[in-house]
Amino acid sequence: MKFRAKIVDAACLNHFTRVSAMIAKLAKTCTLRISPEKLNFVLSDRAASAGVSMWCELEQENFFSEFQMEGISAENNAIYLDLTAENLSRALKTAQNARALKIKLTNKHFPCLTVSIELLSVSSSSRVVTHDIPVKVIPRKLWKDLQEPTIPDSDVSIYLPALKTMKSIVEKMKNISNHLIMEANLSGELNLKIETELVCVTTHFKDLGNPPPASEDASQERPPEQMAEVHIDIRKLLQFLAGQQVNPTRAVCNLVSNKIIHFDLLHEDVSLQYFIPALS
Amino acid sequence: MKCLVTGGNVKVLGKAVHSLSRIGDELYLEPLEDGLSLRTVNSSRSAYACFLFAPLFFQQYQATTSGQEALRCKILMKSFLAVFRSLATVEKTVEKCCISLNGRSSRLVVQLHCKYDSTVKAMVTEMSIGEEDFQQLQAQEGVAITFCLKEFRGLLSFAESANLSLSVHFDAPGRTCHLPRPAIFAVKDSLLDGHFVLATLSESDLHSPAMCSPELHRLAPPLQAHSTPHLDDFASDDIDSYMIAMETTADSEGSRAVPSIPLSPGLRPPCSPGPFSEDHEAEPSTEPGTPPPKKFRSLFFGSILAPVHSPPGPSPVLAEDSEGEG
Repeated sequence: MKFRAKIVDAACLNHFTRVSAMIAKLAKTCTLRISPEKLNFVLSDRAASAGVSMWCELEQENFFSEFQMEGISAENNAIYLDLTAENLSRALKTAQNARALKIKLTNKHFPCLTVSIELLSVSSSSRVVTHDIPVKVIPRKLWKDLQEPTIPDSDVSIYLPALKTMKSIVEKMKNISNHLIMEANLSGELNLKIETELVCVTTHFKDLGNPPPASEDASQERPPEQMAEVHIDIRKLLQFLAGQQVNPTRAVCNLVSNKIIHFDLLHEDVSLQYFIPALS
Repeated sequence: MKCLVTGGNVKVLGKAVHSLSRIGDELYLEPLEDGLSLRTVNSSRSAYACFLFAPLFFQQYQATTSGQEALRCKILMKSFLAVFRSLATVEKTVEKCCISLNGRSSRLVVQLHCKYDSTVKAMVTEMSIGEEDFQQLQAQEGVAITFCLKEFRGLLSFAESANLSLSVHFDAPGRTCHLPRPAIFAVKDSLLDGHFVLATLSESDLHSPAMCSPELHRLAPPLQAHSTPHLDDFASDDIDSYMIAMETTADSEGSRAVPSIPLSPGLRPPCSPGPFSEDHEAEPSTEPGTPPPKKFRSLFFGSILAPVHSPPGPSPVLAEDSEGEG
């Protein structure tokens, strides 16, 4: 098993740092999947995430000037590593203004992802900072739980409003109730509702737009005003929103009534899919 | 008396202690047939609080050991509270809490049994600074010191904002005494002078299992008794009696000076929670990526570091050859 990669471009490095910061906000520990073309940050719903799952994907050639990997075997040419997302994020944060960043899989008493950062020092020679991030190599038999999730057939698909706005609203709602209802329809309307014995609060978003349907039939069947609703734990929604520090290039929300909310985001060239299950 | 608290009840017990601590400075602990009673009264005798935990609260509850009469004790609230200081941490990491009272030895023992996620180990960071990056460097090859980073950062950020050079003085343990010497960090210009003195850990401490425990054993042998005013008085008056007397000597090579540090024994370095420390947690900091700060009860004894052995800069820490394969 081998993995070595290098980033020399400042913009790529900053982008990668932002992605890792986002992952650190979304999950405490997650799986890094390394394959010849891609890097994925995965959180399986079997993990201690209470049903939440995540699939983040980036094309390695958009970031790395050098990239070599060798999976555990030719047929299974991938590497799955469990790590504490915060460690990677902190390591990358020290790479601001770095000349180059190298990541490789090493074995220093235990398996590590070693991040080596070459910084410019005052005397114009290079200074190297090395971070050894402990990782756990996931055996092949557990890989099946860490595959790309199948996109559920949604009842409603809608573009999200500004995530920062959503976040500040949900933050206030959290003080009133842990139970939030998200509902949306094919007329571009999205509501966030909380209901308690004493008070009901609803925030209405209009004119959001709906992405074109996957198939013609699906859209014709459903009345445009009809809301699809999902009841979720408000803290999971808040954690998701808190992870989006930058406004995404594209943000779609797919609702499967009473089942699951699927967030499909694109941050430039990095895709993030986040699933929040309905409260049972 | 012996009892075992498990699961969510550990946090409940912790919260009870927190609420009792708002009232009194002393805790009366008495195991009864009805359960374990924790009581306190305030100094003006205007408030009294009592929690009685029924035997069912515990996974195991034994008020008296056979043949012995019922025991009860009075302890400093502060000491008992320290065990449950960070409720969040207690909730997350403590699996069970075992409390026992031994009449013969007059001891109350509280043991916290913690669970640890095996995948979460600390991240190790290493940085090398080349010789050319120092204004001055005089160091013995191979010498290594370990000190509390959090405390050092205080002076570092000051030096950065004031655009001052930072000098570091440290030494390997001496010949006569194998105890680690403190490291001295200093900034200076024509208008001000700053010194931070931080205790260091010796090599053997680094490898001993005691490293994992929040408190290390005393690193220095007991010295002649001096009156040690209560730490809370530190900030008020008499600071001169604790003050670090610094004398600097410069040797002919102009190498950076080495201070002598006679300190009165009993001074607890600020690494432990004290009046100057910013965080009031007795718990190790949960800063990820850094090893927990060690609370060491190191006594700085009067030692004049010989000017001859004055390494004014840190030894370059060489990064490992990380060309190994995964």
